[in-house]
Amino acid sequence: MARQPEGPPPPPTVQKLRIRYAKRGRLRFASHRDLARALERALRRAQVPMAFSAGFSPHPKISYIGAAPTGTASEAEYLEIGVSRRCDPDAVRVALDESLPPGIDVLDCVEAQAGTGSLAERIDSSRWRVELVDTPVDDVRAAVEAFLAADAVMVTKRTKDGTRDVDARAAVVSAEVAGGAGCAILQLVVRQLTPTVRPDDVLAALAAVADLHPPLPPRAVREAQGRLDGSGNVADPLDPDREVRAHCQGERTPA
Amino acid sequence: MTVESLYPRLEPLLAQVQKPIQYVGGELNAQLTDWDDAEVHWALMYPDAYEVGLPNQGLMILYEVLNERPDALAERTYAVWPDLAALMREAGVGQFTVDGHRPVRAFDVLGISFATELGYTNMLEALDLAGIPLHAVDRDETHPVVVAGGHAAFNPEPIADFVDCAVLGDGEQVVGDITDVVAAWKRQGRPGGRVELLARLARVEGVYVPRFYAVAYAEDGTIASVTPSGDAPATVAKRTVMDLDEWPYPKQPLVPLAESVHERMSVEIFRGCTRGCRFCQAGMITRPVRERTITGIGSMVDAGLKATGYEEVGLLSLSSADHSEIGQLATELADRYEGTNTGLSLPSTRVDAFNVTLANEFSRNGRRSGLTFAPEGGSERIRRVINKTVSKEDLVRTVTTAYANGWRQVKLYFMCGLPTETDEDVLEIAELAVEVIRAGREASGTKDVRCTVSIGGFVPKPHTPFQWASQASAETIDHRLRLLRAAINADRRIGRSIGLRYHDGKPGMIEGLLSRGDRRVGRVIERVWREGGRFDGWSEHFSYERWTAAAAEELRPFGLDLDWYTTRERGQHEVLPWDHLESGLDKEWLWDDWQEALSEEEVADCRWTPCYDCGVCPTMGTEIQIGPTGRSLIPLTPVRS
Ligand code: SF4
Repeated sequence: MARQPEGPPPPPTVQKLRIRYAKRGRLRFASHRDLARALERALRRAQVPMAFSAGFSPHPKISYIGAAPTGTASEAEYLEIGVSRRCDPDAVRVALDESLPPGIDVLDCVEAQAGTGSLAERIDSSRWRVELVDTPVDDVRAAVEAFLAADAVMVTKRTKDGTRDVDARAAVVSAEVAGGAGCAILQLVVRQLTPTVRPDDVLAALAAVADLHPPLPPRAVREAQGRLDGSGNVADPLDPDREVRAHCQGERTPA
Repeated sequence: MTVESLYPRLEPLLAQVQKPIQYVGGELNAQLTDWDDAEVHWALMYPDAYEVGLPNQGLMILYEVLNERPDALAERTYAVWPDLAALMREAGVGQFTVDGHRPVRAFDVLGISFATELGYTNMLEALDLAGIPLHAVDRDETHPVVVAGGHAAFNPEPIADFVDCAVLGDGEQVVGDITDVVAAWKRQGRPGGRVELLARLARVEGVYVPRFYAVAYAEDGTIASVTPSGDAPATVAKRTVMDLDEWPYPKQPLVPLAESVHERMSVEIFRGCTRGCRFCQAGMITRPVRERTITGIGSMVDAGLKATGYEEVGLLSLSSADHSEIGQLATELADRYEGTNTGLSLPSTRVDAFNVTLANEFSRNGRRSGLTFAPEGGSERIRRVINKTVSKEDLVRTVTTAYANGWRQVKLYFMCGLPTETDEDVLEIAELAVEVIRAGREASGTKDVRCTVSIGGFVPKPHTPFQWASQASAETIDHRLRLLRAAINADRRIGRSIGLRYHDGKPGMIEGLLSRGDRRVGRVIERVWREGGRFDGWSEHFSYERWTAAAAEELRPFGLDLDWYTTRERGQHEVLPWDHLESGLDKEWLWDDWQEALSEEEVADCRWTPCYDCGVCPTMGTEIQIGPTGRSLIPLTPVRS
């Protein structure tokens, strides 16, 4: 008895695009759901020929990789889209950026290259920059030293189903402190484990080991996401697509 | 004088509150003008949470209309939740606009749009947070002029102490007139201070300045007289915008990042309604019907979709299926957007087989999930009383047709506590629902059909034939809803396909007090706010006990109580608090219609039968504007290529 949607099935995916975008300024207060909604609408406004899933309520083919928590800014958020007609990644980047409200800015768009693996596999760590306003640099430095010297620092995270204790220390690859204008700046490289350890968890850990309590809520920016290399750096996850592409001369995509 | 943004001081607070995105602005299509580029600065407020207020069409329209003027700017502000309000008080951050994060205190005009009276406490909270004196008489010329608008402004007496002006009717043109007056007064160096400004505003058509009207009360507590002073007019008449095609607003609907109550854009396809449903204040105060043409609607849908990226368009009005070109519009819009994943929808509709055809057309490519009808009254008798006549057979047949056409969910809206209503009238809703499910299962050949009965308590409103009626008590409403629930659950085999959604009768009593109240009710509102009352439209915040206690205390000195304002039936010659405010409806006609309601007589729609002299058109100098125009929509290049 089930009704079938009338008309032909939606066109298939012919190309996948991988996109890096930033959430900046006031829009750091957007949640992942807010961003997803804004991105889907912007893709429509930009007239990107999205591929859709079949069925009665077709969904555009979009997958989001990770998501900076509400209240933190990011320079490195990623998503992958499927399109039904080949597109010039640069043209998509420009059109999509114009269709998004200022503060959600598209930084990069590349074509996913076959045989290079999934985007999610290329991301296991994040680099964060955390500004601690009106907090003495020396206090932060001392707290970070105590934190790094500890074998484990347990903090309590609020999760969907109650609270959960996690070891914040285990996830932190490196932590460095510098002085900024009227603030201390904490640079963190954090492994993305489950449950995720976020900058506020690290701050909770600093409070636990050294009683560090910044007077104002800290401002965190995710500066990079990617795979951790041997020297503790976070690699650009779009590089593999670009590298393959550099070897395929001759193939040009229509605008 | 440049006004600084409060954002740097607000930002640290936002990190500590729920859903901070609602306070940051930056929506798609939001506008921000330099402060110094405008002569007159408007803060437009919707006195409820952002998620409810942002999609409000009225506010969006005025925001655009004002921002298009070279001499004005308009920014938006919404009610802040108690978590942020507490932090703001602690940090000394005032009520702010979400566009420029400028302090509301710095604006020339604060316009507040009241769709319902339950926003009154949120207005007091916003005034207090802004640092604006609560009472209009305590303000000086540096404070914004506080202007109330929206449907509730047709009886602004309960908030007369707190607002400087109320605007009656359509806002598009009157905001321009107010801007002109404020600009001239400022340019002249603010002669005569605030009182002079208000006196000038009182001369603008549609603007009511309560302080220029003295109210005297009789022994029995009723109003003895309302006397204007100075050159304030004896009565203030509403504004009416004619030719909707000339006002294609909003042109650039705002698209929030945060989730809002409507994830779609709306196009108002006509304004006003002459169906004559006697309970419906919106229908009564927005007469006559003024249609947008099919081509006007087509270009607004097109422009709006391009500007927003929304996937759904709602065709908005009080009774959308009544548009003279609706059938053609449905087909031609469905043709235009075929294959684009664009959905079209109508709000709840009258019970009418034609509406099923329309809904089929709108869902041509999509899923047929839910369809909503609003019979409003449970029995044929009560439907005659409210002038929304439809026979039981037609109702069952229409809903059955919907099921037979593949719709699986039908929602039916009803009211409880209507004048002359008995338990039996309400119990007929259960019979109806059972019959609908039985017939629906047979017609669709599946047991997978559902019917949701949504029912709310009726509140008599000013400027309607029921303005004299006794409001049913909360106990009566709750009792009838209990009977109804039991009746629906009596037969489980059918009852499990029927859902019942209802609210208890208590909030309705307070809405009743605020709807038909006079100036003495202001003290109740203020006390409730002082005792922590906010967000009265939200069940988790609304406190009936706080309201009843405040009403008892504050009304006792006048020898009055809550019942006097709600369950008391008014006499024909009683001066009603809103008698000096004109919706155009002739009071005698309203009374006759009330008497006809009591004798269960119907009245026709003046669009299709001769004018029956309700009074609006001659008083307001307006006329019915309907098609068909004979025009049609040409296909567009589809959005999805
Ligand atoms: S005056 Fe006549 S035509 Fe105008 S709205 Fe009233 S009944 Fe209809």
